[in-house]
Amino acid sequence: MAVLSRTANGLRERKPLLPGVARATKPIREAHGIARGMLWAGAVITGFFIVLGLFAQWISPYKFSEYSSNGVRFPQLAHPSAKHWMGTTVQSSDVMARVIWGAQTELKVVVIALVMALSVGVPLGLISGYFGGALDRALVLIMDALFAFPYLLIAIVIAFLLANSSIGQGVLTAAIAITVAYVPLYFRVVRNHVISVREEPYVDAARALGARPRTIIRKYIFFNVVQNVPPIATLNAADAILLLAALGFLGYGIQPSQGAEWGYDINRAVSDASSGIWWTGLFPGLAIVLLVTGLTLLGEGLNETINPVLRRRRFGRFEFVEAPSPGAIDIEPLAEEPEQS
Amino acid sequence: MPGTSLRTYLLTRLALVIPMVLILLTMVFLLLRVAPGNPIQAALGGHVPAAYVNQITRKLGFNKPIYQQYGDYLWDIVRGNFGTTITDNRKLSNIITVNGAATLELTFFAMIIAIVVGVVIGLVAGRYRDTPLDIFGRLFGIVVYATPVFFLGLMGQLVFGVWLNWLPTSDQASPLTQALLKTHTNIFFVDAIIDGNWGALKDISEHLILPATTLGLSTAGIFIRLIRVNVIRTLRDDYIEAARARGITERDVVFRHAFRNALVPVITVVGLNVALLLGGAVLTETTFNWPGIGHSLVTYLENRDYTAVQGIIVVFALVVVAISVLVDFINAYVDPRIRY
Amino acid sequence: MRAVDGVSLDIAEGEVMGLVGESGCGKSTLGRGILGLLPDGARAHGQVLYDGRNLVDMPLKAVRRMRGPELGLIFQEPMTRLNPLMRISDHFRETLEQHESKLTDREIRHRSLETLGRMGIPPTRFRQYPHEFSGGMRQRIMIALALVLRPKLLVADEPTTSLDVIVEGQILALLATLKRNFGTALLLITHNLGIVAEACDRVAVMYAGQIAEEGPARNVFAEPAHPYTRELLRSTISLDTTVLHSIPGAPPNLIDPPTGCRFHPRCPDVMTVCPARDPIETHPEPVRRVRCWLHGPEREIPPGGTEPYERDAIAVAEEA
Repeated sequence: MAVLSRTANGLRERKPLLPGVARATKPIREAHGIARGMLWAGAVITGFFIVLGLFAQWISPYKFSEYSSNGVRFPQLAHPSAKHWMGTTVQSSDVMARVIWGAQTELKVVVIALVMALSVGVPLGLISGYFGGALDRALVLIMDALFAFPYLLIAIVIAFLLANSSIGQGVLTAAIAITVAYVPLYFRVVRNHVISVREEPYVDAARALGARPRTIIRKYIFFNVVQNVPPIATLNAADAILLLAALGFLGYGIQPSQGAEWGYDINRAVSDASSGIWWTGLFPGLAIVLLVTGLTLLGEGLNETINPVLRRRRFGRFEFVEAPSPGAIDIEPLAEEPEQS
Repeated sequence: MPGTSLRTYLLTRLALVIPMVLILLTMVFLLLRVAPGNPIQAALGGHVPAAYVNQITRKLGFNKPIYQQYGDYLWDIVRGNFGTTITDNRKLSNIITVNGAATLELTFFAMIIAIVVGVVIGLVAGRYRDTPLDIFGRLFGIVVYATPVFFLGLMGQLVFGVWLNWLPTSDQASPLTQALLKTHTNIFFVDAIIDGNWGALKDISEHLILPATTLGLSTAGIFIRLIRVNVIRTLRDDYIEAARARGITERDVVFRHAFRNALVPVITVVGLNVALLLGGAVLTETTFNWPGIGHSLVTYLENRDYTAVQGIIVVFALVVVAISVLVDFINAYVDPRIRY
Repeated sequence: MRAVDGVSLDIAEGEVMGLVGESGCGKSTLGRGILGLLPDGARAHGQVLYDGRNLVDMPLKAVRRMRGPELGLIFQEPMTRLNPLMRISDHFRETLEQHESKLTDREIRHRSLETLGRMGIPPTRFRQYPHEFSGGMRQRIMIALALVLRPKLLVADEPTTSLDVIVEGQILALLATLKRNFGTALLLITHNLGIVAEACDRVAVMYAGQIAEEGPARNVFAEPAHPYTRELLRSTISLDTTVLHSIPGAPPNLIDPPTGCRFHPRCPDVMTVCPARDPIETHPEPVRRVRCWLHGPEREIPPGGTEPYERDAIAVAEEA
């Protein structure tokens, strides 16, 4: 794209600073209509929770397990009031404080888990997809077997095993459990993508010119593949939050002493329900719904802008829909099966 | 290539399944033996005399060398023997039939709700893309997916159980019904029909509504998204335009060509989401105290009952694989291009 | 933007009319427009007189009813034009039931097989699925589907472009028999002059949304009236070709077309009147018409208008 700047001799074309970035964000800036709405709504909501999580210490009126102030114990199971906007729990903790601190816990665990899953899944997928052979076949067999299995069960089992081991319960255990559940997903997506890109004419040409595999992967395949990762990762983050909450609900998540966790809180709230106490469960639950919705909107917005098959350009009523670009994979967010490849 | 027969496809597919099953079984086996500590000890707790621990160890074969254990393990599974629990000495097969039936009842109705809600909303959203109908449908799908199934369950219990007092909030049926119901298939719903016991059926249905709707709604989001995308894609296909050029009415084009073709992947997605459904079932069962196999798993995990956990996970694995084969088979039947 | 600007065509019963032009000249739009199959947001103005009735004014439902029994359209890409989940027999049944609901199953089968048979598809393959057929056969099936209701006019939009040469010949031979076997008139849209010369009675040459010239195929090709036609013919490659000839420049952007005659930026015979005024249609012979200032009318050309027009260079028009 031409960027003009004024020089002594008149206007001159200036190379954009980071052509790669400009190229990559082009679809986002071109987004319009619903996709744009989703993108921005999702970003705002997600951003809100990120702020909550990062600055919990300053935003929250109380600490997550604080049950007294100035030696006076907070009321137990108090209705929402001016002092405790969202009420208190049976242990006299302030619900709102736990919600805010919970945001930090969720973010911490999910970020760690995703980073780990990406660092394992993406390289494995790249290598396996590009080089093929026995290693590829073996990996595919294992990953496919795992992939078919319910995430929750994998996570529970891993969390269970780790909890009894030296690592014990906590952030790391939960993160590892989630990682193991998602590595097959990233592996599979990346591998499928690499395979489809690998046969592209331009890669073939590079090979014919004698480029080393490492170069080919780095220059052509990696960027192409990575471009598709953000939507997947965002939607995956949404899923991971649900998974973490589920683990917490079942008791395999974070220990109460380490932090507040929404799923755990809901578990505690179940016994409150029979007495008609609603605030201990409602607010953590709503937090989950909001955050996951935000992430999903963001991810779907990204998906619609980046994935050309679904893209609709801004030409008013004419639908100029591009043919699927050879490099794009069909991301079925959360229905994790791209078309039969 | 001319159509390969369905039978050939099925046989090939079954043959491919064996390595996958083997891998899953091996992974389960290794996983539970990699755990530190003496599993028997852990399960039975600290106060049990060593002699008893040894007795159980020998009985369950934990003292044999590991490759022998592996062999026994596989051989047992082939014969259908999934073991016995450590803590309450139940045979796994009993757990499968009794608790598995309860889970089956729950997931079956949940899946129906999920499909009906999901497909209808997805079709409408895809057909009327970018209209308010579409936006609402998508938002509904997203929010419902974002709602953890146990939260939805909790709210359902609060509203319908506690405040309105319309529906029961736990268990599969009231104690009275359970006492009176004769066991045929272990699936309460079916058993009540077989007995002609309409009072029991009513009671069972009431108990089913909250859990099944919770789980079903939770899973519907997947279908909404998928169907919608497929309808959009299908409406763009060339044969749609060609059909219009032949004068086929818009209604027929939409229903007979677009919708029908868009629904083809539903079967695959149903199959893929069995996994999701099973995970959700575990949570739903825990929330509603539903005596299903998921709830059993959680309980046995808490009690560190390794053989029980192993057995249940093996069952899950086999079910997942079986469903995936079934789904592939149905797919091949519906879409003639897929057969090898 | 006018994809098709002031086009007028007459097709007689059973006649084969060729419509030639480069990509983007509007010929496909014209073809689809006849059947009312324009994309969302496009509008048609003017007249499409079929049997005296103006299709443009008719409600969509009425036009839809005519698609099949009166008007037919076959497309360029046969590979994707059939529903992969439906058998060929299902396609036929659907079409026949839609328009002639009183037919019995046996009648439907009989008509379908008969039409397919004329296209060279054996009855044994009637119940097969589309993916079991090659591209050429699928195109034949499409033609049969379009003809099974005996339409009066069949529009063929680049029917052989995606097929190999041998298959192309077969399909063309089929299309040539339309008149004899079905009494159907054919509007053959293509960019391939060879096809037109082979199969068409008359030909219309289209450029930038307008008809440059039109007339009996033999005459137009033997003595092209419009410079564009002439250049097109010279660009055609045959066994005698020793030097490659091409028309410099590219078809114009229809959002902002050139003034006056739209071909003037690329015309080797351009005169000063050409960019100044839109050319008027004339008849160099009774059966031919052309839109070019080279053919007058004299009285409309201002003095000095016939002088050669000075251009700096052939303007490289933007891609259409």
